[in-house]
Amino acid sequence: MRLLRMFRRNVRDAFKSVSRNFSLSIASISCISITLIVVGLSLLLSFNVNNFADTIKKDVTIVAFLDKETTKEELENIKNKIQKMDNVESIEIKTKDEAKEEMIKESEFVSLTMPEENPLLDSYLIKVTDIEKIKDTVEEIKNIESISAINYGEQMVDKLISAFDLIQKITIIIVAILILVTVFLIINTIKLTIFSRKREISIMRLVGASNLTIKVPFVIEGMLIGVLGSIIPIGVIVYGYVVFYERMEGHIFSNIIKLIEPEPFIYFIALFILGIGILVGMIGSGRAVRKYLKV
Amino acid sequence: MDFISIKHANKIYKNGVTAIYDLSLKIKKGDFVFIIGGSGSGKSTLIKMLYREERPTSGEIIIGGLNVAKLRNSKVYKLRRKLGIVFQDYRLLPKLTVYENVAFALEVIGAKKEEIKTKTLKAIDLVGLKSKTRTYPTELSGGEQQRVAIARAIVNNPKLLICDEPTGNLDPDMSKEIVDVLETINREVGTTIIMATHDREIVNARKRHVIMLKDGRLIKDNEKGTYDNEIVENV
Ligand SMILES: Nc1ncnc2c1ncn2[C@@H]1O[C@H](COP(=O)(O)OP(=O)(O)O)[C@@H](O)[C@H]1O
Ligand SMILES: [Mg+2]
Repeated sequence: MRLLRMFRRNVRDAFKSVSRNFSLSIASISCISITLIVVGLSLLLSFNVNNFADTIKKDVTIVAFLDKETTKEELENIKNKIQKMDNVESIEIKTKDEAKEEMIKESEFVSLTMPEENPLLDSYLIKVTDIEKIKDTVEEIKNIESISAINYGEQMVDKLISAFDLIQKITIIIVAILILVTVFLIINTIKLTIFSRKREISIMRLVGASNLTIKVPFVIEGMLIGVLGSIIPIGVIVYGYVVFYERMEGHIFSNIIKLIEPEPFIYFIALFILGIGILVGMIGSGRAVRKYLKV
Repeated sequence: MDFISIKHANKIYKNGVTAIYDLSLKIKKGDFVFIIGGSGSGKSTLIKMLYREERPTSGEIIIGGLNVAKLRNSKVYKLRRKLGIVFQDYRLLPKLTVYENVAFALEVIGAKKEEIKTKTLKAIDLVGLKSKTRTYPTELSGGEQQRVAIARAIVNNPKLLICDEPTGNLDPDMSKEIVDVLETINREVGTTIIMATHDREIVNARKRHVIMLKDGRLIKDNEKGTYDNEIVENV
């Protein structure tokens, strides 16, 4: 009850001082808005990229070919051996006969030119649990005698992952810089409020207000700046994504990349943006309070 | 037991000025004490150490069993809730009415609404400003503003009221009024009062406990003292 009463007063005061220091507040709010739009875009991007990467990763298969001389028995033995490896999720045998049949089915040309003696090799189709460790697993399998060749479409996977990594790193740097600028602006906004209320603060201290009571109004003001700053970004990001999703009919580059469905995805993103806005506001005002209020 | 006990307190400011030198004194509960001395004699420094705005460089200051000298910054507010403090410049908030200024002291420590109302009205009544409850400080005389400050200082029923030159900005008539108000509080509520001043007339007229400082040293501690010209000039 008592907390609620003090909270209500603090929020009212926060609104007052945001409007009193209007130009600086607007600067802080705009800066936080820009930051949050970039944050929102990078969130949309990275969630979609992750979603896409996950679907690709599920499809990544190691194909390991065996020597020509491998017997049926060895084929089973090695299969069991690979099965027991750490990162191996599943393994399937594809015999040269199966491979031949598949090829013939797929193309008439092959069926005509395929010699009587099967030139193909027996192979394993292996799926891994952790795609990050696929290289180690491949090395391990390569070391088994009888394995003559191995491939897993490494370039495609590697390139994809490093491209996404780069995009993510760049956005993190941009966001970090924007957050720094925002925090700096918020510190200055709160500093003004603290100075304009110096007298009040000194009296509060004199009559025995606790440090928390003195600090909380300014932290609330910072949080209010954060909340006000996240309104436009949330609108832009939510509306933008829904429209984009509908325009693209749920996927980009024809059917290759599927977009995440807007609901409930965008609600989560909106909450995230709001959370970051409040957090940045709190950090900025917290710093200002520590610097300019020696309590 | 003495309410306030100061033992061998020294205060050396960062710039090297020694403002209080080996000060020891005792004040009883319910006492009315004048701290007197010329400008720069260390009155304000002593007062600041009492409400823990400054810390003594060495020695101890015990108020109601609490060693104020050792009090951590984060706990100072607990001491302040048990004290009332009044300054020469009133320190009121110009945008708040008399009532709001007094109630402010209770609001910021989170008191209940009914409690705030009864205590605030009582304090305003005690300083004789009942008719000015809704007035703003700028519409009041200096003496009235100081009475508002006193009401704010006593609104939470402190055991100790500390005043640093409360009459410093006031003419003799208003000064007398203020000291009358302080005496009323001392008599009726039993609040211990410490008042720093360099106003001879006030001190001589009241015959109260007088503590005299000169260059940071205690030079006189009389139960029923005066601001004796001879002593000031001879020491
Ligand atoms: N914050 C401070 N820093 C340095 N010196 C101070 C400070 N406050 C007071 N002094 C010095 O301490 C001495 C006592 O000052 P003060 O306690 O204000 O005396 P009074 O209140 O009796 O006039 C003076 O010499 C003054 O210059
Ligand atoms: Mg002084």
